[in-house]
Amino acid sequence: MFRYLLSRLLTFLPTFFGVTIISFAFIRMLPGDPIIVMAGERGVSEERYAELIQQFGFDQPIWRQYLDYLGGVVQGDLGQSFVTKKPVWDEFFALFPATLELSICAMIFAVALGLPAGVIAAVNRGKLFDRTLMSTALVGYSMPIFWWALLLIIVFSGMLGITPVSGRISLLYYFDNPSGFMLWDALVSDQKGAFWSALHHLILPTIVLGTIPLAVIARQTRSAMLEVLSEDYIRTARAKGLAPGRVNGVHALRNALIPVITVIGLSVGTLLAGAILTETIFSWPGIGKWMVDSIFRRDYPVVQGGLLLIAVMVMIVNLTVDVLYGLINPKIRKR
Amino acid sequence: MALTPVTSGTLRNRPGRLQEFWYYFRENRGAVIGLWVFAAFIVVALFAPILAPHDPTQQFRDALLQPPFWEEGGSLTYPLGTDAVGRDMLSRLLHGARYSFYVGIIVVTFAASGGIVIGLLAGFAPKWVDTIIMRVMDIILAFPSLLLALVLVAILGPSLTNAMIAIAIVLQPHYVRLTRASVLSERSKDYVTAARVAGAKQTRLMFITVLPNCLSPIIVQGALSFSTAILDAAALGFLGMGAQPPTPEWGTMLAEAREFILRAWWVVTFPGVAILITVLAINLMGDGLRDALDPKLKRS
Repeated sequence: MFRYLLSRLLTFLPTFFGVTIISFAFIRMLPGDPIIVMAGERGVSEERYAELIQQFGFDQPIWRQYLDYLGGVVQGDLGQSFVTKKPVWDEFFALFPATLELSICAMIFAVALGLPAGVIAAVNRGKLFDRTLMSTALVGYSMPIFWWALLLIIVFSGMLGITPVSGRISLLYYFDNPSGFMLWDALVSDQKGAFWSALHHLILPTIVLGTIPLAVIARQTRSAMLEVLSEDYIRTARAKGLAPGRVNGVHALRNALIPVITVIGLSVGTLLAGAILTETIFSWPGIGKWMVDSIFRRDYPVVQGGLLLIAVMVMIVNLTVDVLYGLINPKIRKR
Repeated sequence: MALTPVTSGTLRNRPGRLQEFWYYFRENRGAVIGLWVFAAFIVVALFAPILAPHDPTQQFRDALLQPPFWEEGGSLTYPLGTDAVGRDMLSRLLHGARYSFYVGIIVVTFAASGGIVIGLLAGFAPKWVDTIIMRVMDIILAFPSLLLALVLVAILGPSLTNAMIAIAIVLQPHYVRLTRASVLSERSKDYVTAARVAGAKQTRLMFITVLPNCLSPIIVQGALSFSTAILDAAALGFLGMGAQPPTPEWGTMLAEAREFILRAWWVVTFPGVAILITVLAINLMGDGLRDALDPKLKRS
């Protein structure tokens, strides 16, 4: 097991350095003089120009610039936002809980519906229910989620007036948000109705962000279940006279879960990509909206830092999934 | 059972590859429907200027936000209504198919050809080259695709061409991985050894001996990334980083329609339906292709 862990870590490190090189190269790949480009239409005075050249270290040789950048990254220094003048690291971690809260809710939504749907479809293979469910899943999988979001807003916010259109909580409530998780902070605040308001604001973004993972999980669960259901031990369990619910729900599902868990782990990247669209549409103050806004504001240190942090996060999650997979399934370790 | 000698007669009776493929593909009803819809999509894309009743960018100032013909106030002059500056929705949608088709073809061509060559190299080159190539692909895959595409477009400048370049770069690693994996499993087979012993050169081994036997998963991936390309291009257009107005690209049309969502449902609904139907048809087709081409999954 230790050797397996070590080999996974050894592939992690070069990828990490590669990711730092890409985010380092990002500002330098902008066509033209990076300082002028970054200043944009605002323009820049000559003194400020010299100052910025020095601040970014553009007067140094390129390898020196990279080493300085890498040194900063390792110490959590990703530079400062042009717009807010705050460190990128601090901004990221102030906004990250909002994205995490939304992603967790979306994942719960996707697993809670997708897992049973996949199991039921597999057990009723070929029947009308299975076919309907799988067609629906394919529609969900093909969904342009930015349009899906607009449709839900038309129906639930416009026609029915049930859900709010944007934000995390109604403006009527105001309290400290120390954990960054609005649901939790609303619950522990003593303001009546705050929790419900936060929950209401979560409904549409959760559905939108959870739609594609839901479809993927339902499809994956179904195919994993179908594979397991034809195994000998399932026949044995049935022959023993166990109730169908127990055979399907316990014996089969438990063995079908491994590939499903992998898919869940690997959809973190999909969730973050989806968060870019979902957060932009619902004005959800998380890192997805932050990245899009920063790209439009030409706030390049933020784009550079955000790119790196998001990639590293995806890598860590993938590594964890890999290691867990090895823990559960010894066959993988031996490769 | 006694072995029957293979005669030329039985060989001739064996159905051709295409026929066999069609036999399995036809079994999947969804895939056939997908194929028809996709064919219709191609026809619309090719003949949009003939099919469209109006010019997609012409503004009819006396018919702003006119609803579709079956709603009150609608007329058959603009069958699916008009948008906020009076452009005919139907014409814009038909022309939008051209852009999506264009995006799909170009992106898949570039991503697949680049990915196949790099994948073949990785499969045939010495271990250290393989390792370097695969690590670089890991690096690209570490970024969420849409984010990487967004950032690339931020560098290159927002336009449909740059969006396509960005999406092709983001999709390429999938082809590299697939090609390499099938090359590795094919390379040690007898027929490759035979070709090598017969004196085939490395390039011949790569492109003529091995590649045709690795194509099935790549074709399936091609269909799937066609739909991904359309979705991502529309998403970039929606975020203002793809095709720029007044281009009638479906994602860009949605972005322009956003402020009218509660007043004029048709400007929001139709472009999305167009994207969904196209992507769904391609995915259905992709599922059918996989069933028909991949013998491991056949009849499972």
